[in-house]
Amino acid sequence: MSTVLIVAEAQPDGSLRKATLNAIHAGKDLAQKAGAPLHLALLAEDPARLAEALKPYGAAAIHTIASPAFAHYVAESFAPAVAALATSIGASFVGAAATAQGRDLLPRVAARLKAAMASDVLAFSGSGTDITFTRPMWAGSVIADVKLKTPVKAFTVRATEFSAAEPGGSAEVKAFAPPADVAGAPTQFVSFNEVKSARPELTEASIVVSGGRGTKGDFKEIEALADELGAAVGASRAVCDAGWVPNDLQVGQTGKVVAPKLYIAAGISGAIQHLAGMKGSKTIVAINKDPEAPIFQVADYGIVGDLFKVLPELRAAIHAAK
Amino acid sequence: MKILVTAKRVEDPESKIKVKADGSGIVQEGLKYKINPFDEIAVEEGLRLAAKHGGEVVVVSIGAKEVQEQLRHALAMGATKAVWVNHAGALDPMSAAALLKGVVEREKPDLAILGKQSIDDDQNQTGQYLAEWLGWSQATFASKVDSLESEAEKAKAPAIQVAADGKTAQVVREVDNGLATLSVKLPAVVTTDLRLNLPRYASLPGIMKAKNKPIEELTPAALGVDPSAQVEVVKLSAPPPRKAGIKVGDVQELFTRLKNEAKVI
Repeated sequence: MSTVLIVAEAQPDGSLRKATLNAIHAGKDLAQKAGAPLHLALLAEDPARLAEALKPYGAAAIHTIASPAFAHYVAESFAPAVAALATSIGASFVGAAATAQGRDLLPRVAARLKAAMASDVLAFSGSGTDITFTRPMWAGSVIADVKLKTPVKAFTVRATEFSAAEPGGSAEVKAFAPPADVAGAPTQFVSFNEVKSARPELTEASIVVSGGRGTKGDFKEIEALADELGAAVGASRAVCDAGWVPNDLQVGQTGKVVAPKLYIAAGISGAIQHLAGMKGSKTIVAINKDPEAPIFQVADYGIVGDLFKVLPELRAAIHAAK
Repeated sequence: MKILVTAKRVEDPESKIKVKADGSGIVQEGLKYKINPFDEIAVEEGLRLAAKHGGEVVVVSIGAKEVQEQLRHALAMGATKAVWVNHAGALDPMSAAALLKGVVEREKPDLAILGKQSIDDDQNQTGQYLAEWLGWSQATFASKVDSLESEAEKAKAPAIQVAADGKTAQVVREVDNGLATLSVKLPAVVTTDLRLNLPRYASLPGIMKAKNKPIEELTPAALGVDPSAQVEVVKLSAPPPRKAGIKVGDVQELFTRLKNEAKVI
């Protein structure tokens, strides 16, 4: 029988990556359309604790694959294990969240399975094996409906397009023995330099305050407003390239794709590549000195003015209303 | 060392892409074409590595004869020679990777550098398929530790560090919440992120020299590859438009509207 297999993702600290819950929701949706059960793959040095955490999210089974080779994520170790599991359970669909890991891993898994793949899927339609994948092209300027002609089909899903799976049910946890080739990968993990922040994760925040070139590198007012709102801080590509803020904050086609309920763009002109990363936001506010800036074309509320005046006033108004 | 880089022909990323009324494709009129920006970064990094370690850069493009423009551009930037895989039909990441594998087996490079994705189909898959099918290491989303306005960037130092013995390379990768560093065994596939480097402009002498550099023509048949696409694009459509917004007069009005109208604060 055909099965939908979703690969869960652990964070470097061993906890579950939140986007996995969105991918599970997407997997449930696909499984229902395909008339197939939903299974999860969980790869870790010691997967027991995470398997327990994943149990209530509605999958029929969780396959744990344990190996010292999984202490750090490396595509050449993970891909053979996921592919062997997919073959063993007869998976017709193999997917994950379109995180950095998902984007790196799934095509390599697909290559082993001779599977065609759809990246950044926004929605599924159709039934049985005749599934249509809806996904963005040209940085979201075009929405494409695609079909994958191979027997096994791979995909990543854009986490912001699917809400997190709700608890309900209890999955059966099974251990799957890793194939021999997970060890001895020619690639060695060297280090991970984490950008730590007390603010919410950019792709998971419900409010994002972003700064662009108009800040001239001074993010104090952006950060102060973000903290008043409990928001994440974002930035345009220009300010990341200049080294003013870490690239981790970059919102755009080449950075993070965000879809918060409120996105405040301060001093951002609105290049196509930035718009691609935030135009899915529910409400967009643009603050810019230039009344002709393209950002105003996507903004629900625009205010022409100096961000160093507007942001403190807005922060004061929000603070006063608390 | 020998470095193979790719140069896909894509629509200029600054152009406005419109979908044809029947959803069968995009409106081609008035569009300009360029090297995929991620591939241009791959060409640049290949040139920097070749300058540092000695060697040559071979640039590959797949497509109809127009892709020779992109190959000439990469040759003008400084690539040594070009390979044109003459294939006019639809191309997907699997068929591109299968064709590139054929070229890699002929050219036997120490490193293949590809853009992490092309800005038309945005799939971000080809490098990973290629690495798996070659049985090579992969380091995707290669990035740089320094700012793109740093001294190292001005000195055009490569961000990918090849070990003295030429057997391994360290690659800094842009991942979620930070930077991860991998050591890959060569030969390997590296895919580039936008912050790896700032590609050079082609100089006038470079453009003149490029005219005499060789472009080798290959076909899928010569590479023994069936290039039929396995990703079938059924229909394209424009994304739902956003409703027109308004300009507000002052911060108090903005605050009131966010609170009472949008109800987001």
